[in-house]
Amino acid sequence: MQHYNMNLTLKVWRQRSNKVKGHFESFQVKNISSEMSFLEMFDVLNEQLVAEGKDPIAFDHDCREGICGMCSMYINGRAHGPWTQNTTCQLHMREYKDGDTIVVEPWRAESFPVIRDLVVDRSAFDRIIGAGGYVSVNTGNAVDANSLPIEKQKADEAFAAASCIGCGACVAACPNASAMLFVSAKIAHLALLPQGEPERKNRAVNMIQQMDTEGFGSCTNIGACEAECPKGISLENIARLNREYVGAIFSGSNNG
Amino acid sequence: MNWKNAFSTSIGKKVLVGGTGLFLILFLVVHCYVNAMIFWPDEPGETGKHFTEAAAFMGGNVAIRIMEIGLFAGLIIHMVQGLLLWSQNSKRRPVRYEVSAGNKTSRWYSRSMGLLGTLILLFLILHLYHFWAPNRYGQAFDAAWKEEDLYEKMVQVFSQMWVVVVYVLGCVSLAWHLMHGFFSAFQTFGLTTHRYKAAINSIGVAFSILIPLIFASMPVYLHFIGNSGH
Repeated sequence: MQHYNMNLTLKVWRQRSNKVKGHFESFQVKNISSEMSFLEMFDVLNEQLVAEGKDPIAFDHDCREGICGMCSMYINGRAHGPWTQNTTCQLHMREYKDGDTIVVEPWRAESFPVIRDLVVDRSAFDRIIGAGGYVSVNTGNAVDANSLPIEKQKADEAFAAASCIGCGACVAACPNASAMLFVSAKIAHLALLPQGEPERKNRAVNMIQQMDTEGFGSCTNIGACEAECPKGISLENIARLNREYVGAIFSGSNNG
Repeated sequence: MNWKNAFSTSIGKKVLVGGTGLFLILFLVVHCYVNAMIFWPDEPGETGKHFTEAAAFMGGNVAIRIMEIGLFAGLIIHMVQGLLLWSQNSKRRPVRYEVSAGNKTSRWYSRSMGLLGTLILLFLILHLYHFWAPNRYGQAFDAAWKEEDLYEKMVQVFSQMWVVVVYVLGCVSLAWHLMHGFFSAFQTFGLTTHRYKAAINSIGVAFSILIPLIFASMPVYLHFIGNSGH
């Protein structure tokens, strides 16, 4: 594809902290290369703001290669922008043309309070993991890989679920701000493996209770999470989570 | 985890809505089957005899009347829990998005179950007033009660055009509600595994079109065709 430069209008959410109200601010950026990533375009804008003596826009980013789950922009109504199975850092400016206006918002959810501008606090996810998203056995030394055979299909499914990077796009995209796709991926990848088996029932119940405590909405099977997930986590994981939960409550989980 | 807590978590509430939804889906099948008897060809000199007899059986049978209590309970749980989910979820995003994804990431009817359900409820109130209340009121309070001929009642009620329109709109709302609800109920019970997902989806779409279509054809048929012969 031919390289080209473009001028854009950005409408970006500005908010100093979660204690004050936010508002949109418009910016003009010039000579943006079609080969830049979306975040590089923000770097250019921030350099421009610093040069003008203004506050740069706070946004989350880390690896910039689509695996860490830090970037989190809601771009023109889409979590991580318009490309499917893609993170914001991997969205490239060739998607846009000269003169476009792009509206950039933070993930919006009661459980993801804004820290500043486009940065939100996603520590609710860490607390959900803390409630049961682990295997509590002393594993000792690494054992031989073949000493615990795992069916190929299950290994694949567990691996696909484990590819969740915990970015929170599912919450951002869900009309109910539900975290079910994230929680389901975390539960599924452990429930499918023998190592996760002993704590299966408690895990499902405790993680769901923590999810509710954090104030995420309830899943109503709308499916926007699956459509927006940068790692292609399937709704089948939510079906599995429901099965785990229903199974746990009818057979009685370990904690009562 | 005790039973009360089990059904008050977000998945617990979903299980109640999905479970009662499946029960209501079963009810729709029976209701549709009995009502479709109006299409059963009559012997000379009879009108709607098969349906009238079936309706009288349903109305007079003690077991059916007892099951009806379960039906109302299921309906009320479905509505109350559904509306609770809807109202609680609507508070989970205090600041709305400036630009929303709209239909790019989800279907409008999946996002509008509260609205569709409310439309169905409004239709249902009119429907119960037309066909359920008169007979059941007589059954409960009138010693000299005798089951009213429901076929005659249908002919009479559906002779009004506005009633036909409202009933058809009620069926359209039901179709969209089922289009999400059928699959969703199976998903809630975790039955939409890779193996069954496509089948459940297809059956759901077929069911969501077929059942409301049969229901909607009744007022239309009685208004335009069935009615004219008498």
